[in-house]
Amino acid sequence: MSYLEYNVKYVPTGARKILYLNWPLILLITAAASAGFLMLYSVTGGSLRPFAWAQMIRFGMGMFAMLVIAMVPIWFWRNISAVAYGLSVLLLLVVELFGVVGMGAQRWIDIGFMRLQPSELTKITVVMLLAAYYDWLPVNKTSRPLWVFIPVMLIMIPVALVLKQPDLGTALLLMIGGGAVMFMAGVHWAYFGVVITAGVGMVAAVFQSRGTAWQLIKDYQFRRIDTFLNPESDPLGAGYHITQSKIALGSGGWTGKGYMQGTQTRLNFLPEKHTDFIFTTLAEEFGFIGGISLLTIYALIIAFCIATALSNRDRFSSLLTLGIAMTFFLFFAVNMSMVMGLAPVVGVPLPLVSYGGSAMLVLLVAFGLVQSAHVHKQR
Amino acid sequence: MRRSERDTTTSHRRITRRGLIVGGMQMGFVALLAARMRHMQVNQAEEFRLLAEENRIKVRLLPPARGLIMDREGTPIATNEPSYRIVIVPEDAGNVEEVLDRLSKIIHLESDDLNRARTEMERMRTAPFLPVTIADRVSWEEISKVAVNAPALPGITPEVGLSRKYPLAGDFAHVVGYVGPVSDYDLSKIEEPDQLLRIPRFQIGKIGVEAKLEDMLRGSAGTKQEEVNAAGRVMRELERREGIAGANVQLTIDHKLQSYIQARLGHESASAVVLDCDTGDILGIGSAPSFDPNLFVRGISVSDYSILRDNDHRPLASKTVQDAYPPGSTFKMVTALAGLDAGVITSNDTAYCPGHFEVGGRRFHCWKRSGHGSMDLISSLRHSCDVYYYDLALKVGIEKIAETARKLGLGERFDIPMSAVAAGLTPDKQWKLEARGEDWLIGDTVNASIGQGYVLSTPLQLAVMSARIATGRSVTPRLIKSIDGKPTPEQGGESLGINEDYLRQVRRGMFAVVNNRRGTAYKSRIEDETKRMAGKTGTAQVSNRVVRNDEVPWRERDHALFVCFAPYERPKVAVAVVVEHGGGGSATAAPIARDIALEALFGGPPPPEAYPSADRDKIMEERKKIEELMQAKTAEGNIRA
Repeated sequence: MSYLEYNVKYVPTGARKILYLNWPLILLITAAASAGFLMLYSVTGGSLRPFAWAQMIRFGMGMFAMLVIAMVPIWFWRNISAVAYGLSVLLLLVVELFGVVGMGAQRWIDIGFMRLQPSELTKITVVMLLAAYYDWLPVNKTSRPLWVFIPVMLIMIPVALVLKQPDLGTALLLMIGGGAVMFMAGVHWAYFGVVITAGVGMVAAVFQSRGTAWQLIKDYQFRRIDTFLNPESDPLGAGYHITQSKIALGSGGWTGKGYMQGTQTRLNFLPEKHTDFIFTTLAEEFGFIGGISLLTIYALIIAFCIATALSNRDRFSSLLTLGIAMTFFLFFAVNMSMVMGLAPVVGVPLPLVSYGGSAMLVLLVAFGLVQSAHVHKQR
Repeated sequence: MRRSERDTTTSHRRITRRGLIVGGMQMGFVALLAARMRHMQVNQAEEFRLLAEENRIKVRLLPPARGLIMDREGTPIATNEPSYRIVIVPEDAGNVEEVLDRLSKIIHLESDDLNRARTEMERMRTAPFLPVTIADRVSWEEISKVAVNAPALPGITPEVGLSRKYPLAGDFAHVVGYVGPVSDYDLSKIEEPDQLLRIPRFQIGKIGVEAKLEDMLRGSAGTKQEEVNAAGRVMRELERREGIAGANVQLTIDHKLQSYIQARLGHESASAVVLDCDTGDILGIGSAPSFDPNLFVRGISVSDYSILRDNDHRPLASKTVQDAYPPGSTFKMVTALAGLDAGVITSNDTAYCPGHFEVGGRRFHCWKRSGHGSMDLISSLRHSCDVYYYDLALKVGIEKIAETARKLGLGERFDIPMSAVAAGLTPDKQWKLEARGEDWLIGDTVNASIGQGYVLSTPLQLAVMSARIATGRSVTPRLIKSIDGKPTPEQGGESLGINEDYLRQVRRGMFAVVNNRRGTAYKSRIEDETKRMAGKTGTAQVSNRVVRNDEVPWRERDHALFVCFAPYERPKVAVAVVVEHGGGGSATAAPIARDIALEALFGGPPPPEAYPSADRDKIMEERKKIEELMQAKTAEGNIRA
């Protein structure tokens, strides 16, 4: 495989590439991130520090990284997919061995200027590797068992490592994201039918295992599921997060309580208000109007990604863009479901908005890949 | 190696199809999220908004200042005084134990209080910014010591509240009563208790005016809305609505007269009532011995309480309204008026007293065994001859006597806001049949004619009786002069419907009792021409016997009674005095009543000339002692604060 497969003469070169960037997508990303700055400024009671300023710097750095990645031809990224995947799995192993324990889970690796969460990185590298795999694989072999088994193993290695941390949210995201790429690559329906059935069986097994010697997930994870199913049962204990989140969000009403006027947020009834529950703050202060606006921005980001993916005849580019769109979708879908009481509390941040370095950086890198695919597609 | 164009096209078509499926699912989920958001923020918004407010707003009650109680001139009788307590904020204290240790070296702390505070702090560990009370009702001196040492006592602050204080101590104990902490029993009596009553340490009227006018005195609570954060710390005050202070109540009583009455009654088990004849205002209503109501506000100790409870002079009893006594000879005016009104006698008709009277096979004695001889109305009152009234009662009958007694206020439960106001008893045939299931006997009428037997009256009723005889109008007692400056209406005052001539004859008889040389109360006359007194002595038998009073134990001696009004020509005040086991009315009760009447008429110490010249020196001597007693009481009240 080489760049010779690409019809290079149709591809813009040099500074002209800037004109070919997907500018609407950049605009939407900036809009979503700005909503994040606004809310981070609000939760600190009208102060840039400590959150908003740091987030803006990260966003700036991330945007720069995105543009740099966008300038690099997409075939280069395809060619280093396997290396990137290998590196991210290695980092997961390093976390496993030397990581910092935070919030009861081993997730970070301290690399001096920031704390890196390799599990975030794998969300991209798995998608990259799978896209490259199906780009390489002749179409007629896609649904053969052996050629299905290989990508499944590629997904399961990082999933197993992430579960070990333990980080159920990221593991599920990896599986669904990877599965989606396989599905879009054209793997036969039947496989997914079997996997979904097996998944339901697994869930049943997990519940069965509760309280036995072979218990499959940790007690706190069980409790989160319990409180998700019935948050009011324990309003001061584990159900507190969900109950308070729903109260704050619901009390926002149509137009919200006004910027920096969110009582529940300001009085600390809302937990994790700058990270996982930042959407609640937004919904409390800007109401339904504010919430639906952010949701629309997200939907447009997905739509633009799908549009550029489908208009791209390069298989790697299409699958990569669709996979990244899927990952992005999973981020906000899971987070919003969680704060609205539709899903249990799993540690998934709101993409581009929640305070946090790794997720922001990884997402912008991913959008850099999307931009690269867009710039370098055959026109 | 380039891929075949066909391969690429197939795969592109497939990716497009599958990508659109996945994209459609994603958009579907976005729509679901939007719908959920709309449901929560639009349809359920009100519900959540309510929950949010509940979350953040804590409403605290602000206790209102209790209404003051004053005498007729505005002198405070029940006031609110700042009371100090010491609280600790564990968060500010740092090392709580060390601070408590230092504090206990500076002021005296009960170990019970300290342990209670420690338990509370342990319980409130998650909210160390909330104050915990260490000591309550701390004196000003101790507060000052704490204030001086403030730098060494981080987290310790004095707090001020209001506490009830009765500056005149025992003088109004039976009238005004006292307040105390709300008990479960208090709450059980009220159908819908005010939220205020649930505040710890809130005080409620227990007896007397404090209890009877509780609803007016209490006022209504203010509220303070505070915004609290998730940990319960108060962030700011949102709204403050001050409570409405309770109404100020002004009594008809004159505090100087009241203090005099209490001092004059002294250590006797006695009571006295002074009424204004024109208005019915109760100018003084004393019951002795008394007690210090401030003890109850602070929470009386078991030993102090048992001393009060077990005393045979019953200091806790409000004798003026709660206790009913046989009125004895003071009832003779009733029988006389009944006879005159029924037309069975005139004032000139006479009856012969041989010292006893026989009816229905029974012999009734006159108090004077040798007999009074021929008696008319006036002389019978003057000498308090019993036989004259035995004879008269048989002619009139009990029904007419009872009717007249009721007209004069005997047997009526007067509507004044004191505790346990008794109705007394004015017996008639129907009453005996209903209450005892027996027929009325002739002997019952004979006994009733001189205020013995079934007849029972309270000192208040006796005072009303003499006021009504003095004025001929239905004088009705009034204890409350005004509430929050609004005067309470006077009641009664219409004519009794008894011929003024008859009343005048009875009054003449009462005048003779005091001012005639041979009257039973001649020694207790008033010399001042403009303030001469008319009255009637009474002796109520406690036990049937023939021996003299000073030969039997105190508990078996007769009650001494005296009713009077003055000045005779134009009655201003009516007085009733009952001295329990005091012996004879003329010797014990009459001088007290005379002194009280003079004090009321002069509005202070009367000049010596008002008294009979023979007694002046002795009376002035006694006066000094009484004044000392009054001084001591007031001073004592002040010190105890």
